[in-house]
Amino acid sequence: MNYETKTAEKLMAAENIGETKMQARDVRVSYGDTEALHGVNLDVRHNEVLALIGPSGCGKSTFLRCLNRMNDTIDICRISGEITLDGQNIYDRSIDPVQLRARVGMVFQKPNPFPKSIFDNVAYGPRIHGFTRDKEELRQIVETSLRRAGLWKEVHDRLDEPGTGLSGGQQQRLCIARAIAVNPEVILMDEPCSALDPIATALIEELIDEIKQSYTIVIVTHNMQQAARVSRRTAFFHLGNLVEVGETEQIFTNPGDQRTQDYITGRFG
Amino acid sequence: MTDTTPSSFTTHGLHTSAAAQARMRRRYAAERRFRLYGIAAIVAALGVLAVLLFTIVSQGYTAFVNTEIELEVYVDPADFSFEGTTPTSEEIGAGNYRNLLSSALQENLPDADAPGAARDLRGILSGQAYRQLRETLLADPSLIGQRVSMSFLASSDIDQAFKGNTPRDVPEERRRVSNLQYEWMDYLENQGQISTSFNSNLFTQADSRQPEQAGLWGAIVGSFYLMLVVAVLSIPLGVGAAIYLEEFAPKNRLTSFIEININNLAAVPSIIFGLLGLAVFIQVFGLPRSAPLVGGLALTLMTLPTIIIAARASLRSIPPSIREAAYGLGASKMQMVFHHVLPLALPGILTGSIIGLAQALGETAPLLMIGMNAFITSAPDSMFSPSTALPSQIYIWADSSERGFVERTSAGIMVLLGFLILMNATAIFLRKRFEKRW
Repeated sequence: MNYETKTAEKLMAAENIGETKMQARDVRVSYGDTEALHGVNLDVRHNEVLALIGPSGCGKSTFLRCLNRMNDTIDICRISGEITLDGQNIYDRSIDPVQLRARVGMVFQKPNPFPKSIFDNVAYGPRIHGFTRDKEELRQIVETSLRRAGLWKEVHDRLDEPGTGLSGGQQQRLCIARAIAVNPEVILMDEPCSALDPIATALIEELIDEIKQSYTIVIVTHNMQQAARVSRRTAFFHLGNLVEVGETEQIFTNPGDQRTQDYITGRFG
Repeated sequence: MTDTTPSSFTTHGLHTSAAAQARMRRRYAAERRFRLYGIAAIVAALGVLAVLLFTIVSQGYTAFVNTEIELEVYVDPADFSFEGTTPTSEEIGAGNYRNLLSSALQENLPDADAPGAARDLRGILSGQAYRQLRETLLADPSLIGQRVSMSFLASSDIDQAFKGNTPRDVPEERRRVSNLQYEWMDYLENQGQISTSFNSNLFTQADSRQPEQAGLWGAIVGSFYLMLVVAVLSIPLGVGAAIYLEEFAPKNRLTSFIEININNLAAVPSIIFGLLGLAVFIQVFGLPRSAPLVGGLALTLMTLPTIIIAARASLRSIPPSIREAAYGLGASKMQMVFHHVLPLALPGILTGSIIGLAQALGETAPLLMIGMNAFITSAPDSMFSPSTALPSQIYIWADSSERGFVERTSAGIMVLLGFLILMNATAIFLRKRFEKRW
């Protein structure tokens, strides 16, 4: 199955919003002796944008990194509970974390393009997974990914220049293009705009709005306006617990918990 | 909250009062003092370095030239025994060159037939002069019976006296050059027959008992073989070990024990590695003594910890964001390391490796233990043939008392320093060339 038909299939699947894509049950994470997450139950639905909000150190990033087993790379990190992707436990022995991360991509807080050319940055994922047959196909994937990330117009004539030479906002869009190029099912974003200025942030938000038709997106953010703007549902974390999750509008207008109320009105955090 | 605040905190002008000004002045004075200490330290270090370099260069620069004496030699056929009409090369080679040259000297020098002058006459030319004449005649046998004008290498004593390295104003019995020889030297100088020219022996010959014929070529070739062995063994082994320990090995007691031991090995005196080389490579494995292969193996053991430590530090300095980016795209650990971390760490690894090699190039003690300080008069033709190396050649010459070897010791140090500077410059070049901007 080639890249284009896969994407088309995904677009068709966009109608299935509401089905559970990922499911977390009693997820506990500890770093050494300190427990950072105390049993989180949360569903991520198909092709939705789910925002994770909460004060610093509440465990939202830790939870996000459990979804593609990024925490496996930290030696002292211990995870218990169950997380499923399409009904399959991703912490099962039969699941290869490397393959999982191709299905659940990630965009990081600080733009981290490889110190290679713009083309090579985007082409890296398709290359290591080897799903292109020839150079032309690879070039097409790079172009499609850069177009989707809204970066093509700005960089199409300098694809061989280093990705690290772009501005911060462009670098972050390059990282999103790089993640899209692997054609993941879920994209995790860990505060993708916290290092960017308001204009670059607006561009990224527009981008999220566009690509949410094809991907399930989980985004961690400190910016509550951002959560309100981009997400369909919002989950509020506090001190390692999931306090509440619901439709974004409901969380911001009529929260069910006093702590959520306090946080969104700026009383703490 | 306010009740615990110290009173000075609330007064106005906390940062503008006279006391505050004085505090600022003290801060700046401390800063200036520290900068001064730094400058003083650098000046002192540069001064010592300048003294060292000046001593070496002033003692050694004369070794790069040799004294030559121009003589007209009558190639008397009587000094050869020819049987046929055309002389064979054996017959030319067996000629009495000693006689040819002493007759030439007697012809050219005044008072050469004075009683007792024969001994002084023999001390004028180097043993190489006979070979020079023989080779000229072998190349062109038609010169036999002709008068040939040639430059001959002077003996080391004359060489040193002519270059002014030995004092003339001491009593004759305490000099190696007699009054008569000095008279001849002055005579030749007036005739324009004695002069200095570039000392090619220094770069084409191996060691010799005669200082004017001794050179560094054997040591340079020996050092080259050593570096070849060290580079081929220690760079792949060291970098491989560093990558494994830093990126792949589990962090447990065993690996931390290994890490501590690698750090300790870097501090082990190099002579211990020499002893190990002697005991293991020569005694147990029966490899040849004095061979560059054995020296290279001993130096490899010494260099490995340096390269491993430098490579690990270089790998560790690659920011975690790059690793996460690769993982996030579904790269395996090996892809992450070999596609991203290693290329970025390469300039640092290369620098560390070359510094390690440079350290091995200058190392002497292990070579003494495995016999690479032997007197060897030809350059090695393989890694198994006996050889010296640059530092051990310097050590041998420094042990010799002749004035000619004193200047050659300094010249050897200059050549070794030249190679070291070359290697370090390569390291800097490679780092600048491959360094990626972030």
